[in-house]
Amino acid sequence: MIEAQNITKIYGEMEVLHGVDLSVGEGDIMGIIGPSGSGKSTFLRILDLIEPPDSGDLSLFDVNVVKERDRVVEVRRRMGMLFQKPIVFNTSVYENVALGLKYRHVGKNEIDRSVKELLEEVGLARYLHSNARNLSGGEQQRVSLARVLVTDPEILFLDEPTANLDPKSSKTIERLVTRMNRDRGMTVVMNTHDMLQGQRVAQRIGVMIGGDILQVGSPREIFYAPESTKIANFVGVDNIHDGKVLRREHQITAVEVAGTILYVGESPPEQSDRVKVIFRGEDVTLGIGKTAQTSARNILNGTIAEISDIAPFVHIKVDCGFPVSALVTVRSAEEMDLSEGKPAWVSIKASALHLIAESEESEG
Amino acid sequence: MRTKHRLPDPCLISFSLIGGLIVGLTVLALLNLAVKELSDIPFLISTASDSDVINAIVVTMGAGLNAVLILLIIGTPLAYVLARTDFRGKGVVESLVDIPIMLPHTIAGILVYLLFMRRGLLGAPLYAAGFTFEDAYPGIVIAMLFVSAPYYINSVREGFEKVPVHLENVARTLGATRFQTFMRVVLPLSVRHIFNGSILAWGRAIGEFAAIIMIAYYPFVISTLIYYTFTTSGIKASSAVAFVMILACFAAFIILRLLTRYTGRYDDRV
Repeated sequence: MIEAQNITKIYGEMEVLHGVDLSVGEGDIMGIIGPSGSGKSTFLRILDLIEPPDSGDLSLFDVNVVKERDRVVEVRRRMGMLFQKPIVFNTSVYENVALGLKYRHVGKNEIDRSVKELLEEVGLARYLHSNARNLSGGEQQRVSLARVLVTDPEILFLDEPTANLDPKSSKTIERLVTRMNRDRGMTVVMNTHDMLQGQRVAQRIGVMIGGDILQVGSPREIFYAPESTKIANFVGVDNIHDGKVLRREHQITAVEVAGTILYVGESPPEQSDRVKVIFRGEDVTLGIGKTAQTSARNILNGTIAEISDIAPFVHIKVDCGFPVSALVTVRSAEEMDLSEGKPAWVSIKASALHLIAESEESEG
Repeated sequence: MRTKHRLPDPCLISFSLIGGLIVGLTVLALLNLAVKELSDIPFLISTASDSDVINAIVVTMGAGLNAVLILLIIGTPLAYVLARTDFRGKGVVESLVDIPIMLPHTIAGILVYLLFMRRGLLGAPLYAAGFTFEDAYPGIVIAMLFVSAPYYINSVREGFEKVPVHLENVARTLGATRFQTFMRVVLPLSVRHIFNGSILAWGRAIGEFAAIIMIAYYPFVISTLIYYTFTTSGIKASSAVAFVMILACFAAFIILRLLTRYTGRYDDRV
C-alpha cells in the first residue's frame, strides 16, 4: 500500500530526513513514534503528497508518485490526513465537513447525507450550523476528523492527532480510527509521541529518531527488545547496563554486569561479547525483608538509593552493585514503607532482559 | 484602552513631535497652495472645467486603472510563487521585481521606450499587429505598469505569506488541487492585501511623469499637462491644474480607503 524508499528531505541547509524506508501493508495500523523534531511530521506530509521528497522513491497504491507527478492529486484524493493542531475554516461545521466532497464535485444530496452521518459518528450532530471556530479544541479536532473521514480515504494519516486534547475527544478519535480500520479496512499511519497510544492503537510501530526510522516492529519488539540503546532510551527503558557475555546454557545467556551475573532468556548477539543488558522498570519486582519465593532467575540484594515520585508510580533506584530501577505503584511503595538506605531485593525474570550488541552503538 | 489615545511616555511624545515635522511639511505645502488657489475661485472653476484638464485627469486615472487590472492578472501569480516557494535564483527574481523602485524614472522611461517604440523589440511586432505605444494610450499604460508593478507584487506577496500554510495543507489533504486551494482558500484571505496593493500601485501609476513622457508625451497625463502649462503659461496656470488634481486624488483615495474597511476578512488565521 505504501512503499517508501530512501526518502530524504532538505530544508535550506538542514537535512530533516536521511533516507527513510517504510513499508505499510493494506489494512495496517502503523504507528510512528519519535521525539519532537525527529522528522515525523515532514515524513507524513511527504507520504500524503503535500510536499515532494528531495530524493527517494515513493509508491502509493502501486503508483510511483515520484515518477508520475501528474497522478499526485488523483492519489492524494484516495488518502486523508489529520493534523496535530485542530484546523477548521471560519465557517459552519457543516461547510467544514463538506469541503472535501465539494473539491471532488460530489452531488449536493450525497454531501448532505454523508456530512450528517459523519457528524453523528463524531458526536457533533447538534453543532451542524454552529461556526466551527466557536467549538472547543477537542470538538474542532473531531470536526477535522469528520472532514477527513467523509471523503472515505483508503489511507488515513494522523499527525499527533490527540496531542493536547481532552481525554474524551482523544478517546473518540482513537475509537473512530480503530473502528474505521476494522470495518472499512482503512490503512492508518499515525505519528505520536504518546507511547501508550502507540501501543494501544498500532499493530506495528516504527521508531523515528533524528530523521531516520531506526526500527520497525510489533509494539512488543519495540518496547521490550529495542535494537539500540538510543531506541531503548526513547521508549523509556529504565535499565541499560554494560555487560560481558560469559556463557550460553540451555537457551539462557549468562552475562556479567558489574561483578554480578544476570541470566538473560535470549541468545547473545553474534558480533561481540560486549553487550548492553536492558530491562524495563515495570519488569522489576521489588521487595524488602526475606526474599520471596519466585521463579525469576535473577534475584539481587541491595539498598534503596533513590526514591522519586512519577505519579501514578514511584521510581525506586536500588544499588545492587549497579543501579537497578524499579517501578512500583504508590500504594505498594507505601505498604512497604520504603526509605532511602533501607535494604531491599529485586527480582527480574530472564525473559524480561534483552541484549544489544555493543558494536551497534557506534552506528547510532 | 485609554493609553492608546494618550501619549504619557516622554519618548513617544518626542517621537511624535519629530514625526510631526514631516506631516507638518505636507500640510504646509497643501495649505500654501490651497490658500493661493482659493483666493481666485473663478479661475479655479474655469481650470477645473477646462476640457484639457478633465481629459488629462481621465486619461491618468484610467491608464492607472488599466495598469492595475493588468497587474491583478499577471502580478498575482508571481506574488504567490514568491510567497510560497524557495528556489535557486529567487533573490535575483526579487531584485528584478524591485528594480523599478530604485531606478531613476527617466531610466525606466528609456527602458520602456526602447522596448515598445515602433522599432523596438516588442514595439515592432506589436505595431505590425496594429498596436501603437509611442504617443498613445497603451504607451502610458505600459510605463505605469512598469513603475508600479513592485508596489503591487510586494504588497500582495506579503498578504499571501500571512495566509497560514496549514490552511492550504488542510485543503490539499482534503483533495483540493493547488489551483482550487489558491482560489478557495488563499485568495479570499488575501483580498485586503490585494486591494491595498492595487491602491498603492494605482497611486504610484497616476503619479508617474518621467517614464511616461519618454514614450507618450501625448495624450497628456496630468503630470505632463502641469509641466506643459508650467513651461508655457507659468506657475499660476499650472498650480491651478495641480490643485484640481489634488482634489480629485483626495476624493478618490478617501473613497478607496473607506472601501478597504469592508474588504476581505482576516479572521481565518490559525
